Formats: sequence, C-alpha cells, structure tokens
Amino acid sequence: MFYRLAGIHHTRYETERRVLNFPFDRFQVGLVLVLVLSAPLWISKLYLSGYILPWIIWSTAALSLNLLMGWAGQIHLGYAAVMAIGAYTAVHLGNAGLPLELALLGAGLGSAMIGLVFGAAALRVKGLYLAVSTLALQFLVQWIIVHVPAIGGGHASTVQAPVIKVLGLAVTSDAGAYYVALAWCLLVTVFMINLQRTAFGRALVALREKDYAAEMIGINTFHYKTMAFWVSSFLGGVTGAVLAFTYYRAVTVEQFSIDVSIQVLAMVIIGGLGNIVGSFMGAGFILLAPSIINNLLSWTSGGLGFNLPVAWLTNIQLMTYGGLIVVFLLVEPLGLAKIYFNVRNYFLVWPFGYMKRQV
Amino acid sequence: MDVWFVAELALNGALIGLMYALVAIGIVLIYKSSSVVNFSQGAMVMLGAFVVWSMAAQVGAPIWAAIPMGLALMYLFGLVVERLALRPMVGQPIIMIIMLTLGLEIFIRGLAPAVWGIDPRPLRIGISEDPLFLGRVLVNRFYLFGGLAALGLAGLCALLFKTRMGVRLRAVSDDYVASWSVGIFVERAIGVSWALAGAIAGIGGAMWGAMQGVDWSLSLLLLKAVAVAILGGLDSMGGALVAGIMVGILESVLSAYLDPLVGSSKEVIAVLVILLTILIRPYGLFGKEIIERV
Repeated sequence: MFYRLAGIHHTRYETERRVLNFPFDRFQVGLVLVLVLSAPLWISKLYLSGYILPWIIWSTAALSLNLLMGWAGQIHLGYAAVMAIGAYTAVHLGNAGLPLELALLGAGLGSAMIGLVFGAAALRVKGLYLAVSTLALQFLVQWIIVHVPAIGGGHASTVQAPVIKVLGLAVTSDAGAYYVALAWCLLVTVFMINLQRTAFGRALVALREKDYAAEMIGINTFHYKTMAFWVSSFLGGVTGAVLAFTYYRAVTVEQFSIDVSIQVLAMVIIGGLGNIVGSFMGAGFILLAPSIINNLLSWTSGGLGFNLPVAWLTNIQLMTYGGLIVVFLLVEPLGLAKIYFNVRNYFLVWPFGYMKRQV
Repeated sequence: MDVWFVAELALNGALIGLMYALVAIGIVLIYKSSSVVNFSQGAMVMLGAFVVWSMAAQVGAPIWAAIPMGLALMYLFGLVVERLALRPMVGQPIIMIIMLTLGLEIFIRGLAPAVWGIDPRPLRIGISEDPLFLGRVLVNRFYLFGGLAALGLAGLCALLFKTRMGVRLRAVSDDYVASWSVGIFVERAIGVSWALAGAIAGIGGAMWGAMQGVDWSLSLLLLKAVAVAILGGLDSMGGALVAGIMVGILESVLSAYLDPLVGSSKEVIAVLVILLTILIRPYGLFGKEIIERV
C-alpha cells in the first residue's frame, strides 16, 4: 500500500545495487529533502532554532559516534569531550580570524589528533576497559579545559564564538545558521551511507563482529581501529564546532559534560546501533522526550489543579529519561530503527504478507 | 616539609580511600559474579543513604534499627533490579549492558531526590564530631569508622566466599555453563550478588551520608569507586582495599601539594589512576590476567 514492490524487477546489477533501489524510496527521500531545505519558509523561527537546528546537529553527532560504535564496535563514553575539543579549537581559530571553513577543518583535525589518544586505549584493551578509559578521558579533557585558561578562557571557561563567515559572507540570520548545520549534516549522512559500500566500512564491520577473526582474514585491525577513531573523532570535532557556531554561539565546559556523552550514547543506542535512519530517530527521541514529559506533567498537574515544584519536575524528568533508556534496551535492544524497519517491511508487501521482502 | 603534616594527610587519605573501597566492593562483587561493571553503584550508594535516612527520620526508628532496615530494603532493591533489568539482558553485547547500567544510574539519580527532595539531609549515626588525636595526628572520626566498616565488610565478603553460597558464586563467576551443568542455580547466584551489592551500597550510603549529608552528590562517588576497582583489579576484593588506600593517600597528599599550583587537582587524580592503570596494567594490581588484546 505505502510501498509498492509490484512491478519492480531489476534487470541490471547497477540498478539493484543503488542505495535507493525502488521509486517510492527515491520519492520519500526527495520529499524529506524538499521539506528540510524549505524548512525556514514554513517553520516559525522559534521552532527552527529551538527544535529543528539542535535535532539536526545532534543527529550528526549521533551519526559520527555511530561510525565508531555501530560500525567498528568500539565503546566510547567520552564523545562529548571529543566534541568539546572541536568546539574550543574552532572558536579559538575563528577568533584568531580564520574563515569558518578553515576553522572547522582545524576543529576536525584537532579532535582527530586527540581522539587518537582515546583510540590508543582501544588498541590495548577493549569492551569494558575501553569504556572506563574513555570515561576517564572525558573527565580529563573537561578538567584541562577548566584549568588551562588559554583553552577554556579563564574563570567561567566560556569563550564567545565569532560571527560565522561562509565564503566571505557573514551569516547572521537563524536560517543561515540552519543551512550551515544542514549542509554538514547532509555531508555526514551521505558519507555514512556510502561507508557501508566501501572496503573501509566493510573492514570496520568485520572488526566489530570478531576482531581476531578479522585479523585472520587479513584485515589490519591496528590500522582500522585507529582509522575508526580518527574518522569518528574528526566528524565529532566538526560537529562540535558547528554546534558551537550555529546553536550555542559561545562554548562553555558544561555544554560538553559527561551527561552529554551519555546523551549521545543514548541517541545511538536507542536509535539503533549501526543504523543511519536510527541515529536521526534516536536524536529526535532523546531531545524531545524531556520537553514532552515536562509538558505532559504540567498539563496533568494543571488539569488536576495543583502546582508541581520545579525541583521535583526536573527529577521526575531525569527519572523518566533514565527509565526510558532502560525500558528501551529491555523491550527493543535494536532500537527505534528496528521498529521503523519492521513497519516498513510489513507495508512493503502488504496486503500479501506471505511474500517475503525481496528488495 | 612537615612529617606530621604528611602523616596526617596520609592517614586520613588512607581512611577515606577505604571508604572509596566501600563503594568499590559493590562493583567488584557484581563483576566477580556476572562480569558486568555496575555503573549505577554510585547512585545506589546515594539511594542507600536516602533509605537509611528515611528509616531514621521519617519512620522514626532508632539508628541501630534504621541501618539494618535500610540494608534490608537495599538488599531487596538489588534483587529487583537484577530480576527486572539485568536478567533479560544476558547474552546482549557489552555496549548494551553498559548503557543499561548508565540508564539505571540516571533513573536512580532522579528517583531518590524526586521521592525525598533535593535539599541535603543530615544523617546522624552516632559518631561524635570531637577531634580525635593519635599522637600529633588529627584523625577524622567519620573516616576512621568508615574505613573500619570497609575493612569489616571486606572481611565478611572474604568469609562469604568460603561458605556454600560463596563457593557457588565463585563457580558462577568462573564459568556460567559449567556451573549450570553441575546444578547451580546461576540466576539466583547472580541475583544474590546484586542484592548483596545493594546492601553494601546501603552501608556505604550510611557512612558517606553521615559524613557529607544525604543528597544527590553522593552518586558522584562512582568515579572514585571505579578508579579503586580498576586499580585493584575488577575481580579482587583485597585488591579493592589496597587500591582504595593507595588512591586515598595519593589523592590527599598530592592534592595538598598540587592545589596551590594548579587548582583543584583532587578530581583529576582518580582519572589519572584509571588511565595509567589501563595503559600499564589493565587487569589491575591483583586482578586475573584474562584480558584479550587484539
């Protein structure tokens, strides 16, 4: 009904191997593209910069972390620190007078270099020990930012971001900031979609499934683990810089605390490990859940005619957030993407459910 | 450099380190039986402190009864957590289980203040605040009792591993399938280890709550506890005690000399301990060397 498979017969390998290999998918992606590109025209400013912009940036962050966790199978509990390195590098470079493009590049390279230090732990240990060492590095980076005035900007460790200049043009409007973030998001998404189709991506998947088996079939695990950390940190660093330039407009160390690391981790896992659509869904879910819970709570309490104290509300919000993560892991460990694909595959052949999905 | 000053720092540091070990013992216990690092142990300590406080202040039990009641409740809490959250996750990849305990951490961190409020509560467990001098060394009584509690608890745990139940726990930690095949109820053994970790968190919560008041900040002990557990070796009780003493001494002596130079260095010492341990000797001082490297 929604997805027609009838009449789709691939007669050449090229058509079958396309990323979007049947018309409805192409139509759907085209529609989404038109919607996001025209978003500043039909979405109010408040929603654009309050909901859509952070959603796009955090989706990009979740995608970059997904490269490391979903594809290469390495745990990272300190991703916010990687993003912080990118953000601080870019803001300092920008303040030194570099154009945005170079500042972002510098952010990526800076993060990638320090991200390799995180990766150095991965070359020695894995699983749980890797989780603990990245957690420790998160705290270390945070501590360094606070205690080195040259990086963190002294007492309050806040550094103001300069005005963004793309190709020499100053970007001051909200729509402009939105397009900068969107461009980076689309770039990363296309990169991740194509990653699955390259030798590099397949080597990472082999590494994830069993690293010594990968080594046996001739994949240089040292090289690919390092590369996974390098690429993921590069993307994360640029995303952190984009976040600082377009959304926060000033970087402070609290924006990249351990809770933020856990938040990105939750986006990846709730969205679905190793899934691109999932990262977008997970980011949307984690970002929206708190405000939905809040509205729901104040709505019910308003309906029942009593006022809830603010402190209580924040704790309930925290509790529901944690509870949702736990429940999600228990009920659907493969994440929102799995739910989406279940529905999609059902309708792909509906009403002939006995047909298995062919495409 | 004043010898007495260093001695005082070292002794108090060692005692406070033993109190970190009190939290770390819970992590070690769970890791020993099910190879899961419980990132929610810090939050469980906070919950334990709140429960003991609630028994004493809200239920109105005298403190000698409130602590056992709190421990019993925390024992039940551990059982419930294992049954509802951890057991369905058996066989899932380690990323999922780590995320689950992190989710639990957030959940408990919201739960306790939502139920009991966010203001710090004083918890009195009958330790006087008079200064105590050993020679010329001033010892904090809370540290002293906390350290003694950690030692006693570790001793009890060592004895526990000699009992029938403890032998079962050791068998389970060695090999799930083999224990199953000789008729050990593996699920129950893991459940008991979580329940005991809950009770230990209750003791830790009572000690830490008495010292610095009962509020959400107790959950921040997690990082110190992880540092202690990693340094001592994740599967070694005695290691946790030794590592606790080491981390405590390092922290108090180093930070006394470094703070004037770089500012609050106390937070970063635990972090450096974790990093150096993992880089130099990942299995810790006394852990079993079963780390795979590829």
